[in-house]
Amino acid sequence: MTIVTVLGFVLLGIGLWGMLTRKNLIKIVIGFSIMDTGVHLIIVSVGYLWGRTAPIIDKAVPQAQAASRVIDPIPSALVLTAIVIGLAVTALMLSYAVQMHKTRGSLSIDDFRLPARKQGEA
Amino acid sequence: MSSVEIFIIPIGLFMIAGAIIAIYQKNLVAAIVSSGVVSLVASVIYIVLAAPDVAMTEAAIGSALTTVVFLYALSRIRRQGGSEND
Amino acid sequence: MIKRLLILVAIALFGLMILPLVTQLTPFTQLTPLATRYVEGGSSELGAANLVTAVVVTYRGLDTLGEVTVLFAATAGVGFLLRRRAGKEEEAAAHANSANDETAAGSSMPSPFSEILSTGSVVLFPLVLMFGAYIFVHGHLTPGGGFQGGVVIASGFAMLLAANAGRKLNHGVLLVVESLSGAFYVAMGLLGLVLAAGFLDTTFLPLGTLGQVFSAGAIPIIYSLVGLKVGSELTNILESLRK
Repeated sequence: MTIVTVLGFVLLGIGLWGMLTRKNLIKIVIGFSIMDTGVHLIIVSVGYLWGRTAPIIDKAVPQAQAASRVIDPIPSALVLTAIVIGLAVTALMLSYAVQMHKTRGSLSIDDFRLPARKQGEA
Repeated sequence: MSSVEIFIIPIGLFMIAGAIIAIYQKNLVAAIVSSGVVSLVASVIYIVLAAPDVAMTEAAIGSALTTVVFLYALSRIRRQGGSEND
Repeated sequence: MIKRLLILVAIALFGLMILPLVTQLTPFTQLTPLATRYVEGGSSELGAANLVTAVVVTYRGLDTLGEVTVLFAATAGVGFLLRRRAGKEEEAAAHANSANDETAAGSSMPSPFSEILSTGSVVLFPLVLMFGAYIFVHGHLTPGGGFQGGVVIASGFAMLLAANAGRKLNHGVLLVVESLSGAFYVAMGLLGLVLAAGFLDTTFLPLGTLGQVFSAGAIPIIYSLVGLKVGSELTNILESLRK
């Protein structure tokens, strides 16, 4: 499904653009999560085979014909775990954002230059 | 162009619009919900791509848990005071 | 402005880099040899009807163990970042809130939130837990498995926390469930090393008949442990971020 691959690359580009241009830390994490979705779409779309069905053996897909009836299970398996890891990494990034906001009282990356400028406590 | 691909085009445009809103919306809660919608719609595409395992994970994580994690972090930030906009 | 232009150039270069991937992409019409091997072996060698589960738990079991480790590290990082310095403030906050808590403790349901949500969550929470357990116990038969079931359980806890902001989750229980399931996961892998062909080989238990709940060797056991671990870790993340 080339169209899903293209969609994945477009989402990846939007996410990358958001990560690079936004100043707000939360917005950067949102950009990362959109990029994540794009990458997952690309990987799953590469594993898809035209007109085939989900890789589960049952009455509709007998064991003997499985190799000619199902899609590639490997990309699905990889993306499955990657999504869960993506959530944990997003949570880790957000907790960094929370701690950075605690020290400077701001979410803008412009306030995180070195050497530390002391922001007025709001 | 098959019927499945024609079905994916509006979904894809919807996802792209959602992603752009998530990046450019000033209101952070709206941006977070918008990025959750992008993930939720992605799970429909996984069903079309015959990957139900991935679709289940994406629907539960992308739309529910990621949004909840973002909103908890945002409410924590709001309780700390200071500014939340860039 | 110049910065925007640079970013645009960077993204354009990135696009140029991946353009051949899209234009010259010829969709596969056959399974790759490795995938053919997994599809044919997944049901006959391992007895798993869901081939994705066969790949996740056995064929790529070591990868899954690594991913669970990454998940653990990320959870530990979140807990470390958000809880260590919170000690003093928590006491102060607890002191400030104690008056509120006392008045709330008088009523049977100390919830400042919607009554529909708090009542509904009490009814739905056991059902959500049961559904999560169903998903990871049947991971080798139907779409789903440890990761999905764990996520469903964690979203049940998210609902519980949303319905009642004052509720405290028992960290000790979460910690015990998480570490025990992780330890048993590795132990099952070592049993495979001793009793079968190698680490995380699941064929040391009888394969049974394809399509039964008690089949596929140790796959349901390992996936249930993964489900418990993922569920408790994600609940831990939610709990640490919430306070």
